[in-house]
Amino acid sequence: MSIELRNVTKRFGGVAAVNNVSFTVQEGELMALLGPSGGGKTTVLRMIAGLEVPSSGDLFIRRQRVNDIPVQRRNIGFVFQNYALFKNMTVFGNVAFGLKIQRWRRQDIAARVAELLEVFELTGLERRYPHQLSGGQRQRVAIARALASKPSVLLLDEPFGAVDAKIRQELREWLVRLHHELNVTTIFVTHDQEEAMEVANRIVIFSRGNLEQVGTPREVYEQPANEFVARFIGVMNVLDLEVRSGVARLHELEFPAPGLADGQRVRIGFRPYAVQLASDVAQFRYRAVIRHTFFLGIMLRLELELASGLILRARITKEEYARLGLADDREVSFQISQYRVLGNEAAALAPEQAVADPPRLAVTDNL
Amino acid sequence: MTEKRFNSLPGFGLTMGYTLLYLSVIVLLPLGGLMLRVLQLSWPEFWRLATAPRALAAYELTFGASLVAAGINAVFGTLMAWVLVRYEFPGRRFLDALVDFPFALPTAVAGLTLASLFSANGWLGRFLVPLGIHGAFTSLGVVIALTFIGLPFVVRTLQPVLENLEHEVEEAAATLGAGRLRTFVSVIAPTLLPAVLTGFALALARAIGEYGSVIFIAGNKPFESEIAPLLIVIKLEEYDYPGALALALVLLAISFLLLIGINLLERWARRRQG
Repeated sequence: MSIELRNVTKRFGGVAAVNNVSFTVQEGELMALLGPSGGGKTTVLRMIAGLEVPSSGDLFIRRQRVNDIPVQRRNIGFVFQNYALFKNMTVFGNVAFGLKIQRWRRQDIAARVAELLEVFELTGLERRYPHQLSGGQRQRVAIARALASKPSVLLLDEPFGAVDAKIRQELREWLVRLHHELNVTTIFVTHDQEEAMEVANRIVIFSRGNLEQVGTPREVYEQPANEFVARFIGVMNVLDLEVRSGVARLHELEFPAPGLADGQRVRIGFRPYAVQLASDVAQFRYRAVIRHTFFLGIMLRLELELASGLILRARITKEEYARLGLADDREVSFQISQYRVLGNEAAALAPEQAVADPPRLAVTDNL
Repeated sequence: MTEKRFNSLPGFGLTMGYTLLYLSVIVLLPLGGLMLRVLQLSWPEFWRLATAPRALAAYELTFGASLVAAGINAVFGTLMAWVLVRYEFPGRRFLDALVDFPFALPTAVAGLTLASLFSANGWLGRFLVPLGIHGAFTSLGVVIALTFIGLPFVVRTLQPVLENLEHEVEEAAATLGAGRLRTFVSVIAPTLLPAVLTGFALALARAIGEYGSVIFIAGNKPFESEIAPLLIVIKLEEYDYPGALALALVLLAISFLLLIGINLLERWARRRQG
């Protein structure tokens, strides 16, 4: 394996920014560290780089414990959020900097820099200074500089943070391609779950310094380890129910809860795709009015308002929407085909439950 | 041509008018007067006055000592600014305030204080004079006084630049394998260079024009420790106005050329980093 964190904790003053975190990154993986800001993900990245020292725990790169190895000798490539290019050096000077320090021979440096500039589509810009480059070009220079001396791992802090939406999409695809070509172990930090889902092989999710879940995008979406992950990854409807005579209720919604005592509270969550709709108001048990339709390309997201005022979110394909003849302010009937009982934020979720009314489980995840 | 352009900032006419009036009265008018008076001299006469041996010695001392003092301040002022910005330590704010001291102290007081410090029985002179270091009443005294009054310029110019230095750039250098020294030489120093040059230029300009503190410590021996501004005063006291004007013009011309040179250098250093 390429990188391993074992019970790593980092305290700033008395506050634990990273709390007892363990995970491994395999050689050649493209891993995302995901979480809301202040979650500790950047601190983890900086500890791997050697820019921060763990308060406790062990850090391994290629099976070697690196806690005491200074940043200069860790052989990592780090791309800063604001790129941190050397303003007083040309593109060539920036990319060659690490190689000069390693005392590469002159012609080897020239060859390596030329090769990198080719890969990063920067050929011809060797003699430009950073302030003469576009944002995208600066980022590519920063990545080329980080990769110049063939590091064992490439670390990127919020690589897509500073660019606009259109370029961002291109950069994501480009990063995936780059990773595919170079096959260097890559870890990047992001607060954007969509970005993490799209780009990474695996995702590590942090919140408030704790590791919440490690898994493939599909795993964290379909089997979220807890309510935090469930709500952070994708959209989820969460209901707070109260049990009365064997049935958990919230307004008109009812879920069977055999064996639970009266007055007990239960939280359940379900994805928008688990809401099945019919234009015939008598077909399913519950009724609602479509309040808003959000166009998300091939999928549409609907906001349903129940008679009690409760708002639920549903997802449906464009074809299905047309076939059912739906429109804003139309009344529809619906049922919930799949849901999960949510524990406390920290507790693992109960296995997925099918609803008895009527049990239709033919819903597929088309994320 | 009655079309009026919209400008979101009001008062351009008024403020610009004041600026021009102010600069004219305070700067241009005296300079122009100086030029006019000098023009009354014939060229050979001007040349004779301006290149008298005593005048040449005075220029040499003024510019030589000013360059040395500004150079010393550029090095140690940078160091002080670095310490004041980059490190947290008790008494930092006090030291920071102390830097402005030479700004506020009447220069005559500074000169007297320095002279008494470095004279043969002063606190410092007591130990230095036996070693052959004569800090008072010599050209070395001139350098000491000019260093004293020039220090704040370098420190105050550099502080904001140091504060805005991106910490990530240093970290980036470290991830690429650079040690502290290498990072400073290759990354930090080039970024600071334009500001150091600005501070140097300001300290130099101040030193060339300095009078009050120097005359108390220099001893003012002709050909040895007599600065050009003092020579001008002496000429004025002798009612030798043409001589004073010729000296003043030379001083002005050399200062102007020096400052232009430094400005160009500064521009060149700045251009490379946008």
